[in-house]
Amino acid sequence: MLLMLRSPIWVILGVAQPVVYLLLFAPLLRPALASLGTQSMADAYRIYVPGMLVALALAGGLYVGFNLLAEIRAGVIERARVTPISRVSLLLGRALRDVVSLIVQAIIITILSLPFGLFVRIDDLLLAYMLLGLINLTTSTLSYGIALKVGNPGVLGQVINNVAQPLMLLSGCLLPIALAPLWLQRVALWNPFGWAVKGMRALFAGNIGDPSIWQSALMLSALVLLALAWSARLFARSVR
Amino acid sequence: MIEIKGLRKSFHTKHRRKTTTVDAVRGIDLDVADGEIFGFLGPNGAGKTTTLRMLATLLSPDDGEATIAGVNLRTDPAEVRKRVGYVSQTGGTWEDVSAREELVLQARMYGISRSEAEQRAAAALEAFDLTEYADRKIKTYSGGQRRRVDVALGVIHGPKVVFLDEPTAGLDPQSRARMWDEVRRLRADGMTVFLTTHYLDEADALCDRIAIIDHGEIVAEGTPADLKREISGDVVTVGVNTSAAKAAEVLEGQPYIRAVEVPEDEDAVRAYVDAGETAIPQIMRTLEASGIELGTIELRRPSLDDVFLTKTGRSLRES
Repeated sequence: MLLMLRSPIWVILGVAQPVVYLLLFAPLLRPALASLGTQSMADAYRIYVPGMLVALALAGGLYVGFNLLAEIRAGVIERARVTPISRVSLLLGRALRDVVSLIVQAIIITILSLPFGLFVRIDDLLLAYMLLGLINLTTSTLSYGIALKVGNPGVLGQVINNVAQPLMLLSGCLLPIALAPLWLQRVALWNPFGWAVKGMRALFAGNIGDPSIWQSALMLSALVLLALAWSARLFARSVR
Repeated sequence: MIEIKGLRKSFHTKHRRKTTTVDAVRGIDLDVADGEIFGFLGPNGAGKTTTLRMLATLLSPDDGEATIAGVNLRTDPAEVRKRVGYVSQTGGTWEDVSAREELVLQARMYGISRSEAEQRAAAALEAFDLTEYADRKIKTYSGGQRRRVDVALGVIHGPKVVFLDEPTAGLDPQSRARMWDEVRRLRADGMTVFLTTHYLDEADALCDRIAIIDHGEIVAEGTPADLKREISGDVVTVGVNTSAAKAAEVLEGQPYIRAVEVPEDEDAVRAYVDAGETAIPQIMRTLEASGIELGTIELRRPSLDDVFLTKTGRSLRES
């Protein structure tokens, strides 16, 4: 936590890419999404921004494993494992810090989107952030687990890329899956993050009653518990 | 304080369908008394670090038992962690934080309250002579300072036993001497210190008792003085250019020679004699009579290297 506060540059850099997309890609969306009924920039943003936030939570989470490898190399993890601190705390402490970092980034993006006409109610927004938190917790935890299993940054990079890309493409975060052919939509049903995107879009549109919200929350909660159990066990075994 | 029986550890690595097994630790039995500095002396790869990591609960033993500070290592490792400290060979600190911050964090990880952690950190900085640099980032510290920070981190919670893995490896002579003083101070504070080293002088000067380990087994145990006394008399080292084996053969039968050893990879013969000053001229005459050319000749008291050589047939220096 201390390190993160010490070098906020990483948090800022993390926002840079989504902001670029916001400015340069989103304007293309109004006509592109016209088939879904978007008539104004605000409509387009309402569809695009939640998807992008999910992409941020997803990708941002999956790449934290590299930091863990650096910490292992520096001997920090081994030192911590000799203390009575529980293995779960070692894992959860880091993952929760990543979630905080993500939420800060999400807030920045939301604020930057407001001038473009994006409008969300506060209680919907808070639920959306909670969903984002769950997504990021899952992906961070998974990333730490994979990093421990794989052990070196080169292989980790490969594995993460091969996991992240299909997950992102099948989640409909850039463009809604509804635009895709039916077979693609069916495959996407297996992606819990795709459900999360639907839930996020519903929240941003103000439809708090949409079932995809609680369905994705449930799916993600189960996923997060599985990820935590798996990664915590890996933390407990010898690291070197 | 520490009782070890039959500790074992093997590592298995799979490489393209072939599994290689390395028996790093093959049955170690040891006892370490309360408040002593105990040294594990051996060449690289002997199993010292593996044993230490097992005792520090970082590796689980394949077999054997150990009791540390009254707690059974295999059944209650969590409790062991509260009572021991561990300082690895390479240390484990972030570069971008200060020593003070690391010390406070480390204390908090043991459940010590923030205010007490800060007090302890200040005391530790004082004791390890780091106050001047206390608030600078660790990446600006010299090697000796970093090692002191590592040791300070290992003992901040006041453990009964502290494990030091090669505490002076890579340090310049001044920092080494300083570290030795720090270790003695830890003993004065009532801690039991278990360290590993491959430096003879360190084992000799610093440790109350040592165990010599080679290929995962203990080959000798006792105080440095006792071990050297086992090899009584003097050591005459004769450097012969190529015929070490022949020289050994020639000298072995002689009445004034107690024992002869030829370390691997050395063009020298070590002769263990009663009195070096009378043995030297006799050795020279014997070798010359057999036509063996002498290069150099040296007389000294036995060292721990000689103990190692007698027990394993290899010189510690060459391993």
